[in-house]
Amino acid sequence: MRSVEPYRTLDAVTGSGAARDHGPGATFHAVLDAARRRGALVVQPRMGFSDPARMRAGLSATKAANATTVGTLTLDSFTRVGDFATAERALRERRPLNGYPIVNFPTATTEAMLAGIRDRDFPVQVRHGSSLPGRIFDALIEAGLDATEGGPISYCLPYSRTPIRQSVQAWEEACHKLAALRERGVEPHLESFGGCMLGQLCPPSLLIAITVLEGLFFRRHGIHSISLSYAQQTDAVQDQEAVLALHEIAAELLGDTSWHVVIYAYMGLYPSTERGALSLVADAARLAVRTGSTRLIVKTAAEAQRIPSIAENVTALETAARAGAATERLPAAPVSTGIKEEARALIDAVLGLNEDIGKALVRAFAQGYLDVPYCLHPDNAGRARSVITEQGRLEWSRTGSLPIGHLTPAHRSAQLTSTRLLHALSYVRSRYDTADTADTADPADLRQTA
Amino acid sequence: MALRQQSPNNAFAPGLGTRNVVLSTIPSDSHTWNLLYLQLLLEEHGCAVTNLGACVPVATLVGESAQVRPDLIVISTVNGHGLHEGLGLARAVRASEELRQVPLVIGGKLDTAGSRTDADFLPLLEAGFDAVLVGETAVPELLALLERLALLERLPEPVARPLTPPAGGLDRRAYADAIR
Ligand code: B12
Repeated sequence: MRSVEPYRTLDAVTGSGAARDHGPGATFHAVLDAARRRGALVVQPRMGFSDPARMRAGLSATKAANATTVGTLTLDSFTRVGDFATAERALRERRPLNGYPIVNFPTATTEAMLAGIRDRDFPVQVRHGSSLPGRIFDALIEAGLDATEGGPISYCLPYSRTPIRQSVQAWEEACHKLAALRERGVEPHLESFGGCMLGQLCPPSLLIAITVLEGLFFRRHGIHSISLSYAQQTDAVQDQEAVLALHEIAAELLGDTSWHVVIYAYMGLYPSTERGALSLVADAARLAVRTGSTRLIVKTAAEAQRIPSIAENVTALETAARAGAATERLPAAPVSTGIKEEARALIDAVLGLNEDIGKALVRAFAQGYLDVPYCLHPDNAGRARSVITEQGRLEWSRTGSLPIGHLTPAHRSAQLTSTRLLHALSYVRSRYDTADTADTADPADLRQTA
Repeated sequence: MALRQQSPNNAFAPGLGTRNVVLSTIPSDSHTWNLLYLQLLLEEHGCAVTNLGACVPVATLVGESAQVRPDLIVISTVNGHGLHEGLGLARAVRASEELRQVPLVIGGKLDTAGSRTDADFLPLLEAGFDAVLVGETAVPELLALLERLALLERLPEPVARPLTPPAGGLDRRAYADAIR
């Protein structure tokens, strides 16, 4: 059951009766814009199954969860890389995929799967991870959906070996397709995944810079409703500073756009205990509320092992919502350690490379102005590196050609070995798996009280 | 661990010794932390590693490997599609004249259900993998296999071999020197 029914007055906000002609009512944009104005926290799963009946059951359970939720269709990896033939074979052979193959299913299948579930209070977003997303955009628009995720950098470097130049071009075209929905009275929404480069070990300033640059790219290509992202990292105080900086920079650069910030519960190697996993997602909810962010995407207690069940998703959503409800917005910003200045320096340097933001992004990677630590993509310079300090903060150990050398002291780090890499990747997991804080003593308790 | 009972070419017999490893993943898998970790691990154990990076097309894997002539091909995948996509990959490697006899192992998270039992992975062995390595023991088992391959201390000095694809191979580097 939904504890709150917050969207009753949406018509007043959207003023778009026209939207209802196209789909079942309020768009993802309208629902999130209303939540942002109210200061509510919306929680969302990363859920995707290849069986439409199970996908429908998952959306239905998300909607019924005791939390303010929106729905997700997470697509499978064959669809992400454009291998529709293999997706087809998998469906024929009844092999479970790691997501919903929206391109392979006839539009009618997706429409029927969504019928009666997606409505004016419960919009559904498509999350994919495709550097060349044309067919996916066609399919989701065909099915009457209006919200998705990605970006020419954030869906390229961590998801493909596609040259950035090609991804930029494909994302320009995709943005225009989505933007064309406005002609039908529907305000489309696009979320940048830039706040999660490889899920872990990418310092906050670079996450902020990439998501803001992608937001500017979306706006440049006709999208007016945007979300910017930030994935929880290793230190709560550092994360708060980063998310507040993201809000400030977005207000400075995207003032004329409808935008909100979405937080991702930790995207790296996840705790393997239920207690650890749930207290990590609860902390992500606290980060979202403290920083005035509008939406949170959760992770579940099965994250470290396998694709989560519907019930595990619901538990994560409700755990997060409860933790969020018990948290207050920060009265004042924490002491600055210069994250905002670093992020601005990156953004300004990239924007200065070319008037065309797509070209600027391509050049930025070619000359190492943007450089994601430990990323194996052929277009990434690979000269920048990060380290988790003694205090648990995520910092630069090498800035390569990033235009921030004058702003940040490079922290010392030892030669990279397999053991040290695994240690850094496991930092958050270990902390949460072994934590024995009083209020998270028992997972059942946590589910009740978080 | 699931091991192919009878490796037709007796691939894991000791005595074979060089240290070239091709490290790859399946075409649909973009996870790379596993690849970076395994690259470092294999290098620390005396291997020269060609890391092909994310989302490797089967043709790229076969073409690259045919050039490098590795002593071992390691496939790492965690996205849950390995049990499916690994089949075609193994058949393609086995169909290649140059690679028919090269030891080929796969590991990681191979399906979406967290399967750990050998029986689940038999089709991969039938398709041509020599070993399937999953779960907590996967890494120690890989190292044990390396020892059996005599990759550890056999050779006096590794023969220098090109790590970057030679002409006619990939026209782009597979990875970006992220760990140099
Ligand atoms: C980081 C991460 C990502 C990042 C990856 C960035 C990048 N370029 O690498 C991002 C956010 C982009 C991402 C995307 C996706 N991910 Co992901 N991801 C993870 C996560 C959180 C951590 C993985 C990691 O970094 N591991 C660090 C390395 C060192 O550990 P490892 O990979 O487990 O490998 C260890 C062992 O498995 C072993 N090993 C691995 N391979 C091999 C091979 C051999 C031969 C041997 C001996 C050993 C071995 O050695 C390593 C050291 O112990 C895991 C969940 C988790 N583990 O917490 C999910 C996870 C792997 N992802 C998953 C999925 C499904 C996806 C997506 C398809 C999205 C989705 N539907 O949810 C996309 C992938 C797109 C694609 N085309 O494939 C699933 C896989 C489910 C399954 N197998 O059942 C997981 C398990 C999460 C989940 N529970 O749903 N992901």
